[in-house]
Amino acid sequence: MAATNIEIWQSATVVEVIPVATDIARIVLEPSLPVKAEPGSHIDLMVEIDGERAKRSYSVVGSNDDGTRLAISVMKAPLSRGGSIFMHSMVPGQRLEITQPLQNFPLRVGAQRYILLAGGIGITAIVNMAAILQRVKADYTLVYAGRSRGAMAYLDQLTEQHGDRLEVHVDDEGTSLNVPELVARADADTELYMCGPIRLMDAVRRTWVERELDMPNLRFETFGNSGWYDPEEFIVRVPKLNLEVTVPPGRSMLEALEDAGAEMMFHCRKGECGLCEVRVLELSGKIDHRDVFYSERQQRLSTKMNCCVSRAVTSATGAKADAAAGGPAVITIEPN
Amino acid sequence: MTAVSATSSTTNKVLPHPLNAWYVAAWDHEVTRKPMSRRIANRPVALYRTEDGKAVALADACWHRLAPLSMGKTLAKDTIQCPYHGIVYNSAGRCVSMPAQETINPSATVPSFPVVERYRYIWIWMGDPTLADPSLVPNMEQMTSEEWAGDGLTIHAKCNYQLVLDNLMDLTHEEFVHSSSIGQDELSESDFVTVREGNKVTVTRWMHNIDAPPFWLKNMRDKFPGFEGKVDRWQIINFEAPATISIDVGVAKAGTGAPDGDRSQGVNGFVMNTITPETERSSHYFWAFMRNYCLDSQLITTQLRDGVHGVFGEDEEMLMAQQAAIDANPDYEFYSLNIDSGGMWVRRILEAMLVAEGRLTPSA
Repeated sequence: MAATNIEIWQSATVVEVIPVATDIARIVLEPSLPVKAEPGSHIDLMVEIDGERAKRSYSVVGSNDDGTRLAISVMKAPLSRGGSIFMHSMVPGQRLEITQPLQNFPLRVGAQRYILLAGGIGITAIVNMAAILQRVKADYTLVYAGRSRGAMAYLDQLTEQHGDRLEVHVDDEGTSLNVPELVARADADTELYMCGPIRLMDAVRRTWVERELDMPNLRFETFGNSGWYDPEEFIVRVPKLNLEVTVPPGRSMLEALEDAGAEMMFHCRKGECGLCEVRVLELSGKIDHRDVFYSERQQRLSTKMNCCVSRAVTSATGAKADAAAGGPAVITIEPN
Repeated sequence: MTAVSATSSTTNKVLPHPLNAWYVAAWDHEVTRKPMSRRIANRPVALYRTEDGKAVALADACWHRLAPLSMGKTLAKDTIQCPYHGIVYNSAGRCVSMPAQETINPSATVPSFPVVERYRYIWIWMGDPTLADPSLVPNMEQMTSEEWAGDGLTIHAKCNYQLVLDNLMDLTHEEFVHSSSIGQDELSESDFVTVREGNKVTVTRWMHNIDAPPFWLKNMRDKFPGFEGKVDRWQIINFEAPATISIDVGVAKAGTGAPDGDRSQGVNGFVMNTITPETERSSHYFWAFMRNYCLDSQLITTQLRDGVHGVFGEDEEMLMAQQAAIDANPDYEFYSLNIDSGGMWVRRILEAMLVAEGRLTPSA
């Protein structure tokens, strides 16, 4: 089995682009160096935003056995950094630079019980896991929560494939997911794998801790692209480097600082490792912590932040009206 | 992995090893609370037991800076601690403690390999874990049966595992390599029958009314003190993919019906062999000699183990020399003899497994 996470960049041809839900496109790629994708794997690929290249990560929804066809699904997010808009412009025949499937969210076979939890576009990381658990006849429940049925990709396919094992929660039908009720179903022999918005994952994590379940049995992956608030433009001041930089909604603080010539330390660029941590000297506004490196306690303190994913927002509510009235948030930091 | 392409890969001098299969990682007694390291199918593996005594196999490299976990120590329950920066993993390979921070990086895992403890061995599955069905562990039931007694050792063979399989699938080499113990002229003079069924191959050879070679004369006299005279001798080689060969061997007083199933006037052993690829050029060769007579005699267990150890030492020397000659003569092909039919079926079966894994280009 390919145990390597060393990125092998290669070209891939887009062979299929089809809508699978509101604003969600399924994109099938033919990689030049095919490798079968394990459940939980993702690919990195290069997108172009305003003529600049940037790296994005997408979960692999599935691949065929020899890995010659590999499917991802991309949600068009107007408030995001622009990668999804580029991906939605793809048409068959176009080429992309991608990596082979990389694995940071492995599914372990052999647990007594599984809960797979997908929120919205997070289903992309979960589809393949559910298929494997079904194949090995595991005891699993697939819980899929979304705003409306029309926005939930692969719903029909999953219903057909998993029958009673699929549990669907739809906000606009009044059947929203009750997180404490869900976590109450987990016992010491249950592994819960989740992918979804940070609010959902935080709620699950908090309940998991309260119920004193084993943390290693709670598995999740975040690409750091979901926050508590919508991204806003904000200003970063770095007295040590004599810099003042405006971070647009579509760019991370780390990228904006790099664009301005600051030599920043980083590694994962998705809020996991803590290497891009900066000290917060002064703040007008609030920090939207989007990382999973800090504990809740550390996030509340807000004396530091991981600038690869976390952002400053104008107010405690994050309401856009406040931003318009009072101007952008301003944060003064000292990098390592 | 390299895909080998050749006009006829069956006669590739050495083959890569299938990954979707059970291999022996260690003897049961080797795996303890103190972690050990062993390279299996080209990957270093850390092996240890949990507090509950369950065997665990993790990739022997910490997620953080790749320090060998086998140099660390086991902690409470099923956990192991990296010796370098103290990161702790559970038996599933998941980080449970990350020093100097309040959370655990969700990516922090090391691969955990499925293991099964059976027949006095710890078996490991290095390939796709979703295919690791314990019912696929090759049958070595004599190892733990009450009707059999014996013991064995491990040879670290500096050759590709395929060469060991070739060696065991054709025993005419005994006449030349093991002339002082089990070899005799009748081996290459007698007929044999090869049968292939699915992933199993059997080679059967009977030698009628012959003198027992020294090893077998000693065994006969253990059971029948003072035995003199001719014997009927058998060798029934049973291969089960990917690399287990149990050989039903023995002699009985000549003409007492052993070929028809009555072995009461003889002695019977099972030479249990299972080969685990270490690298493309080295193997862990686990063997044992089990017998169905004088079951209570530790003396005979030790004598047989030491005796077979000596015999297999002769094989090891030959296999090493053969591998060196193969490497030194890259332009030369293998040719085959009629006696290679068992070994050639083994190659055919392994070839099919490798093709199924996408690791070998099928022969044209």
